[in-house]
Amino acid sequence: MKLTLRRRQILWAYLFLSVSLVFFITIRWYPTLLAFNISFRDWNVFKGAGDWVGLANYADIWEDFFKPRSAVRAAFGNTLRYVLFGVPLQLALALSVALLLVRIRQLAGFFRAAYFVPFVTSAVAVAFVWNWLYAPQVGLINQGLKILGLPMQQFLRNPDLALPSITVVAVWRTIGFAIIIFLAGLQQIPDIYYEAAQIDGANRWHMFWRITLPLLNPVIVYLAVLQTIEFLRMFDLVQNMTQGGPLNRTTTVVLEVYNEGFSSYNMGYAAALTVILFGLILAITVFQLRVLSRRVEY
Amino acid sequence: MNRSTRFVVLSLLVLLALVVSACAPAAIPAAQPAATESAAAEAPAEAAAPAEAAAGDVVEIEYWQYNFGARVDAMNQLIAQFEAENPGIKVIHNSDIPYDDFRNKIAASVPAGVGPDVATLFYGWQPAWIDAGYLVPLPEDAFPPDQVRAEFSPMVEGSFFQGKLFTLPTAVRTLALFYNKDLMAAAGLDPENPPRTLDELKDQAVKCTVKEGDEFKVYGFIVNPEGQAHHWFREVLLRQYGQQPYSDDYTQVLWNASDGGYEAWNTFLSFERELGTGIAGVYENDQDGFLAGEVCFHLDGSFRLGTIASNAPDLNFGVVELPEHNGVKSTFGSYWTHGITTKAAADPARLAAAIKFLQFITTPEAGKLWVGIVGELPAQLEAANDPELLADPKLGAFAAGLPYAQSTFFVDESKDRQAILDAYDAVVLTGADPKEELDVAVATVQEMLDEFWSSRP
Repeated sequence: MKLTLRRRQILWAYLFLSVSLVFFITIRWYPTLLAFNISFRDWNVFKGAGDWVGLANYADIWEDFFKPRSAVRAAFGNTLRYVLFGVPLQLALALSVALLLVRIRQLAGFFRAAYFVPFVTSAVAVAFVWNWLYAPQVGLINQGLKILGLPMQQFLRNPDLALPSITVVAVWRTIGFAIIIFLAGLQQIPDIYYEAAQIDGANRWHMFWRITLPLLNPVIVYLAVLQTIEFLRMFDLVQNMTQGGPLNRTTTVVLEVYNEGFSSYNMGYAAALTVILFGLILAITVFQLRVLSRRVEY
Repeated sequence: MNRSTRFVVLSLLVLLALVVSACAPAAIPAAQPAATESAAAEAPAEAAAPAEAAAGDVVEIEYWQYNFGARVDAMNQLIAQFEAENPGIKVIHNSDIPYDDFRNKIAASVPAGVGPDVATLFYGWQPAWIDAGYLVPLPEDAFPPDQVRAEFSPMVEGSFFQGKLFTLPTAVRTLALFYNKDLMAAAGLDPENPPRTLDELKDQAVKCTVKEGDEFKVYGFIVNPEGQAHHWFREVLLRQYGQQPYSDDYTQVLWNASDGGYEAWNTFLSFERELGTGIAGVYENDQDGFLAGEVCFHLDGSFRLGTIASNAPDLNFGVVELPEHNGVKSTFGSYWTHGITTKAAADPARLAAAIKFLQFITTPEAGKLWVGIVGELPAQLEAANDPELLADPKLGAFAAGLPYAQSTFFVDESKDRQAILDAYDAVVLTGADPKEELDVAVATVQEMLDEFWSSRP
């Protein structure tokens, strides 16, 4: 078979792509499928592939969910709280900052980098730094409160403040990414729309509401979906800041998966929780794509 | 390239990937026997020199422990001594596995028949390992249970499971009370007279606490259930108030079985709630405050001496036995222990060698060697009663606790601790009723025990 140059190029492209494909299949997809399998088994690290138990793990989760002070119920409730507080807060803040950043010309690069730095910082490092900021008594924030004559707070030990405190850190950590995406979106909007609107006598508020926001819709949908998934998978910050406490007020589904799987060694139960989370993420994402996406034509 | 060719290429790649991924798990066990074989090939060659006729008689056993420098050193010395005494046995020491992976590696290797003959495990893991069929009971003629009970610290009771002895330790750890001499002196207390009783601890902790308005400058005593304090409640306070923590067969949680239990619980809570000597969880790690010289009294294990030596070498501190109450002395003990695996039991020669090795590393002499290198206390009372050790200003207090140290049988230590932590938080942070919260914690742990025992005869 004689291959033309173009065909050979395509073949090479597939060859190189296959490397990452092998990676994805072995490291991502295969274990994912295994997780589904494990969720139907009484799988314990010590016993290896356990007996097929059907839906028993799911039944256990269902049962645990309705127990008083259930950690599983707390985990699902908190995870949704992180999403409901975190995603809107992050999108609103990121858009505000992006709108300001798109105007400035001087030091623009510096500001963009400054906002982006937390995103490239390891979550564990971020968690430790914020642990110190939030520290009772000696923490910077509490010292600030003291100077202002306000009562000091145990941010991460207070059952009512712990979850909002972590949400703030999560928003702060990933806001740089959202800002960059918003900036790209804003720069895509042609100036002629604004010029036309100005001629028609529109004020800034009208322009934002009628031009910027609708034209940013695809970006907003993209970010909302991505950040929702990010918050649904919340783990590292919580694990390193509160380990889910106090009184399960900050625990998340992924943290419960980790605890069940790697601390109590109930792999079957943990895998079943993972499958449920997978379903939840899938459902929410499909819902968001259906409801939020709408075509805007001008 | 047309569509069908593209399809063929893609599906071939997918197939290839699947083959690769399917091979991957099989490749791991396959690689290990190869390593063992090459080791086996070396061994007879070495042994051939001293005894030509007995060249084939050298028995080789594998010993595994997790990687911790001092432990590896100590064990290498013990193995060298053992091999000198027993030329017919060669011990392969595998200590390359990091702590975090240790259980998983064992789980992967023992069923595959390539793991250790003798392995070191945390005593709390024993039920799970027995369930998984990794450990065999120690033969009673080589390890008479009565003799073990008489010669070892009582905490080694934790090595018995349903009446059978499964493991034995070289060394053990206990809890004691650390005190900061400078802070005591600054508070007008006598640094040479640390608290001996619970009442003295309460009194001195209050005196040592320094506050400016809401802000603590010095914490007298922090009860942190996330650290070691949950052990103090279970094995020390409860017993001092006349309540044993669990029934003898460990099927019942008894923390709230008497008024004494509730009193112990209230004492546990009182340091933060009534006496105001500290706040649980105020430091990132339990020991940070003591290391920073901001905490007067601190509950911790002998393993913390090393942390202090390397991180706060100038700290002027002492260690004393845990304060007694109602004339009862108690402390919590825990230990790393050695067991014989089913792999060794499959071959009589290897089993005999493993028994000899286990006997050797659990002698008082082995314990003495261990304390010098690792800083853990000898598990045998004979070695622990060494006057030199008891007189040691730091280790002495821990060694003194050995005759009365208690280990807890844990089905799941982290969940057991979590139950106590949650009850503590509910009372301290949300003002819930202490009695009710202790009952909830007991019910939680009881449920775990019920589940554990329900699958056993």
